[in-house]
Amino acid sequence: MLKRTNFITKNYGKPDCFRLSAYEEQGGYQAVRRALAMPRESLVEEVKRAHIRGRGGAGFDCGMKWSFMPKASGKAHYLVINADEGEPGTFKDRTIMEQNPHLLLEGCIIGCWGIGANVAYIYVRDELHLSKSRLNAAIEEARAKGYLGKQPFGFDFPVQIYVHTGAGAYICGEETALLNSLEGRRGEPRLKPPFPAQAGLFGCPTTVNNVETISDVVLALQMGGEAFSRLSHLHEFNDGGVRLYGVSGHVKRPGIYEAAGGLTLRELIYDLGGGIAGDRELLGVIPGGSSCPIVVPEDRVNLPGDPRYAPYNDKSVLDLPMGVDTFRAVGTMLGTCCAIVLSDAADPVQACRNLMQFYKHESCGQCTPCREGCGWLDRLLDKIVAGKATIEELNLVSEVASNIVGNTICAFGEGAAGPMLAFVQKYRKSFEDYILTGGQGQTRRLAI
Amino acid sequence: MAFSLDSEQQRQLDALLSRYPNKQAACIPVLHLCQSANDSWISEEVIQFVSERLGLSTAHVKGVATFYSLFNIRPVGKHQVWVCRTLSCALRGSGALLQQCESKLGIRAGETTPDGRVTLRTAECLASCGTAPVMQVDDQFHENLTPEAVDRILDGLIKGD
Repeated sequence: MLKRTNFITKNYGKPDCFRLSAYEEQGGYQAVRRALAMPRESLVEEVKRAHIRGRGGAGFDCGMKWSFMPKASGKAHYLVINADEGEPGTFKDRTIMEQNPHLLLEGCIIGCWGIGANVAYIYVRDELHLSKSRLNAAIEEARAKGYLGKQPFGFDFPVQIYVHTGAGAYICGEETALLNSLEGRRGEPRLKPPFPAQAGLFGCPTTVNNVETISDVVLALQMGGEAFSRLSHLHEFNDGGVRLYGVSGHVKRPGIYEAAGGLTLRELIYDLGGGIAGDRELLGVIPGGSSCPIVVPEDRVNLPGDPRYAPYNDKSVLDLPMGVDTFRAVGTMLGTCCAIVLSDAADPVQACRNLMQFYKHESCGQCTPCREGCGWLDRLLDKIVAGKATIEELNLVSEVASNIVGNTICAFGEGAAGPMLAFVQKYRKSFEDYILTGGQGQTRRLAI
Repeated sequence: MAFSLDSEQQRQLDALLSRYPNKQAACIPVLHLCQSANDSWISEEVIQFVSERLGLSTAHVKGVATFYSLFNIRPVGKHQVWVCRTLSCALRGSGALLQQCESKLGIRAGETTPDGRVTLRTAECLASCGTAPVMQVDDQFHENLTPEAVDRILDGLIKGD
């Protein structure tokens, strides 16, 4: 159900939206004062009630994650913000950093108190130069006001926030690769356990939160955790609050839109996105970044066992509220909640190949099934679009992809294999056409 | 010639080191600093300098420098042009845009113009999918690109200072 909100985006587009004064005029830096006055345990409980499911793609509950941090470990604790936004199709965190950086900083200070950290690092991908400069300027403003430093808001709890830059590696969006990168190493994911809450940055207890997730914490403190959760149509699924929805590709109005949780893909594409560009038909939609298996309009909800899905059964997946659990239940993922829309002008085989080139380029090379598998899939797809592959080789695409799943240290392998399996399953005829016609007669186009 | 930083860059390096509990953590930011002070690339001398300043082996620093795509391990042009090729941009015409860049500059993606002015490369998703197609020129994003805008931007690079 479409319910537009503007908790995060209120100041977007205003000339001074990134300044501390503009933020405070809208009531900024009040929630943090209340949070710092609360006992740490009560703060974590309040955040739990907000049911903020991680906005970076994994969808893990934020308050739950905070509660895994030890009470008194005798070591330093760290808060790390994942601002390595690079999942194809995803461009929401950038808007917060550029247009509402103080919301992120306020979230960081609250987060530090919630997990007992005195230092927060914001890991921003290097390409986002405007995000970095806006954040650094915001940190300077907050420091000058005494909001950061030895005694934020008069509380005896020192907090420092630093911006740290990556250097162009998608894998550093994986939280343990990010930690390695932050420690000055190659961005290769770590084996888990130990989990970051036990041994994360510099071997110390660490929480890694996404930019939007930590910003939502401020909203939850402003209105109360439960009130925030209830804004979402998926409150009963423990999937609370508002979200930044992105839509890109073949729509008339691509962009970022803030709305209550539980929007449907149809509303995102046709109401917020303005419908398909050129008034063409919808071919498919990747719900939340390229690692989420593609959905086609013919996909139906078929979950008779769970009464919560009764209103949606037999309807198109396009009419199912977008949630972490709802989308997992129908075989895809919500991911980052930024959809890529393909009209029927696009060639799905070319779209699949475009993404596979991405995964081949970005595999860190640590695990053999992913390193070799992504290269192998890329070569097979090259052969298919050249019209030189056989049907056996098309079947091999699914076999190679299936053999990556579950055999790697991190989720990158699944992120690459899942979409390949979905593309081949849902557009098998298009793949076969390339093979049967020797690569003749296809439009080979992606742009309208 | 051995690589070194001027006093302002030296101050920046010290500021970076103050943010972390150990020197190794500053490796990537310090490599960025040194790369920008060395005509945008990481030479053997830079590797040597960083390893000495941070107390790391040259193998470690080289391993880091070669892992990340934004560290140039060979010389590049004065200006760096990155055209996003990933799906959201491709759906809005980045393929044609890349061809336009290639023919106007007379080079293929991955190459540098013979006069050393421009290096052209493709980028993986630049987080600008809502304003696709996009390209990055040095530190600047150019979004919602049209063929005319690309012409203008490239003309500026070819003729500018």
